[in-house]
Amino acid sequence: MTADAIHVTVEMPPITRTQLALYGGASGDHNPIHIDIDFAKKAGFPDVFAHGMLVMGLAGRVVTQAVPLARLKSYAVRFAAITQVHDRLTVEAREVGTVEGGTDRRLEVIVRDQNGQVKVQGEAVMSAD
Amino acid sequence: MLDRAAIGRVLPPVTATVERGRLRFFLNAIGETNPIHHDAAAARAAGYRDCPIPPTYLFCLRMLDAPDPYTLIDDLGIDLGTVLHGEQGFTYHQPVVAGDEIRFIARIADIFDRKGGALEFLVEEIRVERVSDGAHMADIRQVTVIRNPIPGGAA
Repeated sequence: MTADAIHVTVEMPPITRTQLALYGGASGDHNPIHIDIDFAKKAGFPDVFAHGMLVMGLAGRVVTQAVPLARLKSYAVRFAAITQVHDRLTVEAREVGTVEGGTDRRLEVIVRDQNGQVKVQGEAVMSAD
Repeated sequence: MLDRAAIGRVLPPVTATVERGRLRFFLNAIGETNPIHHDAAAARAAGYRDCPIPPTYLFCLRMLDAPDPYTLIDDLGIDLGTVLHGEQGFTYHQPVVAGDEIRFIARIADIFDRKGGALEFLVEEIRVERVSDGAHMADIRQVTVIRNPIPGGAA
């Protein structure tokens, strides 16, 4: 690992209902499970919850602060747990080495809530320069 | 249970345009303030043709411009309230920028289940190409999880 290996941790403001509504409109994801508490309860959830793609988008913002967008080759995540309204997310992007057999650099991306529960875990790959 | 015969099905293509105003709504929703996304001059100074979209916006463009983003969910007989997003991945070949018209060609790559059918997984692979010249812009892979209310199931 080089001395300038990337390791950033960014705390996000708490997730709000307004943010879910704005994200729903802006993303075209109008699934009522994120907006309509009646629908969410009927589906067996205690409340509406955040779009996974909102969380991936917030984490992506951290990735592209650390890595120029033009060098980003891939970005993939697994959604490990639901993000609730009022959750305070922390995004950590940490360089973990190179892609096997090449020079592309790998960043591990993890989003946790205020209790340390992992919400999203993934990897971004960036070209070496 | 989902019909496994759907594996391999190619879905009707969706065409979407990267509209500047709509992009701004998205940038605001995720709190992205980098000028290259907001200001065409800043984008050009950084070497882009125009404002590039953030890494996850391709997912949104397909939903924004599909006639009905839940057509596949409906066609497969899935109750939207049982759906969770399992995985999402993007591989980028060229930056997509404001003004680009792009086409999404999706294929159902796999359907499988776990926990005795209590959880089903729908895997889509999507090629993204530019309409004007057919350039291959990106590839998308996404996994939708369906929670089936099966007696004795784990869900």
